[in-house]
Amino acid sequence: RGRWAAAGPGRAGADAVSAPAQGGGSAVIDMENMDDTSGSSFEDMGEMHQRMKEEEEEEAEGEAGAGEEEDGEFLGMKGLRGQLGRQVADQMWQVGKRQASRAFSLYANIDILRPYFDVEPVQVRARLLESMIPVKMINFPQKIAGELYGPLMLVFTLVAILLHGMKTSDTIIREGTLMGTAIGTCFGYWLGVSSFMYFLAYLCNAQITMVQMLSLLGYGLFGHCITLFVTYNIHFHSLFYIFWLVVGGLSTLRMVAVLVSRTVGHTQRLILCGTLAALHMLFLLYLHFAYHKVVEGILDTLEGPNMPPFQRVARDIPVVSNAVLNTTAKAIALTL
Amino acid sequence: FPGLADVSISQDIPVEGEITVPVGSHSPDEDYSTLDEPVKDTIMRDLKAVGKKFVHVMYPKKSSALLRDWDLWGPLVLCVSLALMLQGGSADSKDDGGPQFAEVFVIIWFGAVVITLNSKLLGGTISFFQSLCVLGYCVLPLTVAMLVCRLVLLAGAGTVSFIIRLIVVGAMFGWSTLASTAFLADSQPPNRKALVVYPIFLFYFVISWMILTFTPQ
Repeated sequence: RGRWAAAGPGRAGADAVSAPAQGGGSAVIDMENMDDTSGSSFEDMGEMHQRMKEEEEEEAEGEAGAGEEEDGEFLGMKGLRGQLGRQVADQMWQVGKRQASRAFSLYANIDILRPYFDVEPVQVRARLLESMIPVKMINFPQKIAGELYGPLMLVFTLVAILLHGMKTSDTIIREGTLMGTAIGTCFGYWLGVSSFMYFLAYLCNAQITMVQMLSLLGYGLFGHCITLFVTYNIHFHSLFYIFWLVVGGLSTLRMVAVLVSRTVGHTQRLILCGTLAALHMLFLLYLHFAYHKVVEGILDTLEGPNMPPFQRVARDIPVVSNAVLNTTAKAIALTL
Repeated sequence: FPGLADVSISQDIPVEGEITVPVGSHSPDEDYSTLDEPVKDTIMRDLKAVGKKFVHVMYPKKSSALLRDWDLWGPLVLCVSLALMLQGGSADSKDDGGPQFAEVFVIIWFGAVVITLNSKLLGGTISFFQSLCVLGYCVLPLTVAMLVCRLVLLAGAGTVSFIIRLIVVGAMFGWSTLASTAFLADSQPPNRKALVVYPIFLFYFVISWMILTFTPQ
């Protein structure tokens, strides 16, 4: 269709030289030669529209007189207006067709995800509880349900809990918004770490698909949600560490056991499980300390292209490392 | 049709009758052509439709009026007023610690879209815009709660006012969730209602939390 639109005005100019009937005939032949892959009535309407406009154009040119037909470009006022009108109509039809096909493909994409949301509430509840119970049998590949409803809801719950934590700790975001940071952190972790682990699993010959990995990691966030929900409200460091070890540890053990059951070879198992355990536990640690209630002031920052989205200092980082960070940042900024 | 070729009538059967078209109600054309009516009529009709939907939200019965003629005027008005009232409420005036207009707007519309997609993926029979319409209209109790909170905060910001605000926001949050559940859960298969209700609960919870933690400068 794009070819037709681009060639339209040129062809009309060329037709002005020859007789109108011949121009009409060539236009019809051209339209029939185009490969029309879809048989929808929308296409037919467009073709009829084009044909009508072309005939109008030919009539207008015929009335303009023979004298103006010497110059192919200049069609006279009537011809010019008809040409512009035809081009505008053509453009509008193109845009409409593009929008319709885009809308259709969007709807089709939703149906691709439909099987992953086919769950019952009891199943979701069972899987939530199971995510905290490590399996004992690691010699037999454990079944992972490829479901996306539970993980998605858990990610959104984590976003809500994070928002609450950020608000109660008076986090000040310089570049960005609270909501954006919370959503970015949670979704970034879920999607990014899942993709990374899937890539590692591919390297280590583990039998797991991308959807299963997303599901496994998503359900592992249940422990994070519980821990953060409790410790954002009750601020005791020792309580957090206990929760971190027990709750975080249980969910990590569950994920690790499932992965081990699906991998062969000691080295591969070690790589996969070590990475997953480290990332999972460190994420919980990060979420707690990054949005912890601040007592001391904010870290001094330098304006520069590498400025992080928010600047905080947690209470537990000793003064020495703080000073080291400061001097390092200053040195980098000076060299840039 | 050879039998119909001869349509002559024999002479001894009188053919008589009345050929008048009964002029009763308006012809269908006049009913649907609203281009020629005065602007006031159009606006009043739309306002009445919006007002009727507000009433449906405040007294959630199982009626299909909200679903049948969906419109997004009400949600837009509610969203804009809520975002305006929530603007600039932060302890630190230098930085944006509180939700800004754009943030509230995006949260409400993005959240509504996500819930709608979720309910469609779970096998819901409701259409995209109908669901958006219901979720937007059910923000009305929370907007009322925001108004009340602002008035209470004018009086002072102590523990008592916090308790009052907590009770009011909590009640309105429950009302919103119940109202939207009454409309949306019917379109789901019966054993999956909880799966649809939870995101709605979370969505209104986030909005209520934004209202509750609002402190004017």
